[in-house]
Amino acid sequence: MGILAELTGSIGSIGFGLAAIGPGVGIGIIFGNGVQAIARQPEAYGVIRQNMILGFALAEALALIGFVAPFVFGT
Amino acid sequence: MLKALPLLEVTCKFGDDNCPFPAPGAEIFFFPPIASFTGPDGSAWEFNKPVLLAGIAALIVIIFFMAAFARPKLVPRGMQNLGEVVYFFFKNHFARDIIGQGGDKYIPLLMSLFSFIWIMNLFSIVPGVQFPVTSRFAFPLILSLIVYFTFIGVGIKSQGVGAYFKGVAFPDVQPRAILIILTPLEILSTFIIRPATLAIRLFANMFAGHLLLVIFSVSTWYLLNLTNFVGAVSVVGYVGSIASFMMTGILTAFEMFIQLLQAYIFTLLTAMFIAEAQSAHH
Repeated sequence: MGILAELTGSIGSIGFGLAAIGPGVGIGIIFGNGVQAIARQPEAYGVIRQNMILGFALAEALALIGFVAPFVFGT
Repeated sequence: MLKALPLLEVTCKFGDDNCPFPAPGAEIFFFPPIASFTGPDGSAWEFNKPVLLAGIAALIVIIFFMAAFARPKLVPRGMQNLGEVVYFFFKNHFARDIIGQGGDKYIPLLMSLFSFIWIMNLFSIVPGVQFPVTSRFAFPLILSLIVYFTFIGVGIKSQGVGAYFKGVAFPDVQPRAILIILTPLEILSTFIIRPATLAIRLFANMFAGHLLLVIFSVSTWYLLNLTNFVGAVSVVGYVGSIASFMMTGILTAFEMFIQLLQAYIFTLLTAMFIAEAQSAHH
């Protein structure tokens, strides 16, 4: 079977686009729910903010790995 | 092998036929050695900009804490005031809230980690220096290995070798059959993925941030490097160049926030790992 579809050019940038989908959704959910939690219980702001930032960092790392991978493993 | 900066290879001007954007790549993170030595085993040792900056960062942290705490007074004055504000932040938010019992003895580790990482990140936006040391992978890797051995050591010390590794590998869950899936996952996530992501997160954030700043700085220069300064192409150049310059400014402000956040997250995760290793059941 011959080649059905071929991708040329900067494949790494497409990879970053794909890698950013999941974390994008995740970070949206984290901050959306975080703001909601603060609105419901403003006195727990400190704890909520800390956990919000933690969740943000964990989700964001995945997108950044997608950003860096083409530079590290690229030719 | 080292490549020259893409900017130095550009001979054409914007508006010429066939003058592509000199997109900066990973080569902007490699520096020629300032000095090189021959090591004791005959290998070549090189001393370059990131190493110099890391040394300066360590010196800044040492001088700051010496100025703040070398001769503590009952009534704090000058630098001691600032130092105590930082100390109490770490004491309340990390040692007491997260680690809890016996957390106070980890304040020196957490404080030095935070300040060292933050100063190294901050070099990214210092004019004339403009290089985040942590965007070279060796620095976050070593810091994360320090954290790795610290939390394993804490776990072994507070629970004993057997109890600690058993607690990690075989958590107290029902039904027990789920351990077939859970045990490999727990071992993988605690002992391999955890230190790796700790290092990669810091590295990737600083790498991406520095690259973005360089891309917009280069495009500011590239779009203003015009063949002729009148005509339709020059308008594109002026507008694009100004937009890129503004983007550089905005991203610099954003980077300041990210640098502080990453240093904070690194310290926060360190505290959480220590807390988890300390408690028998998590």
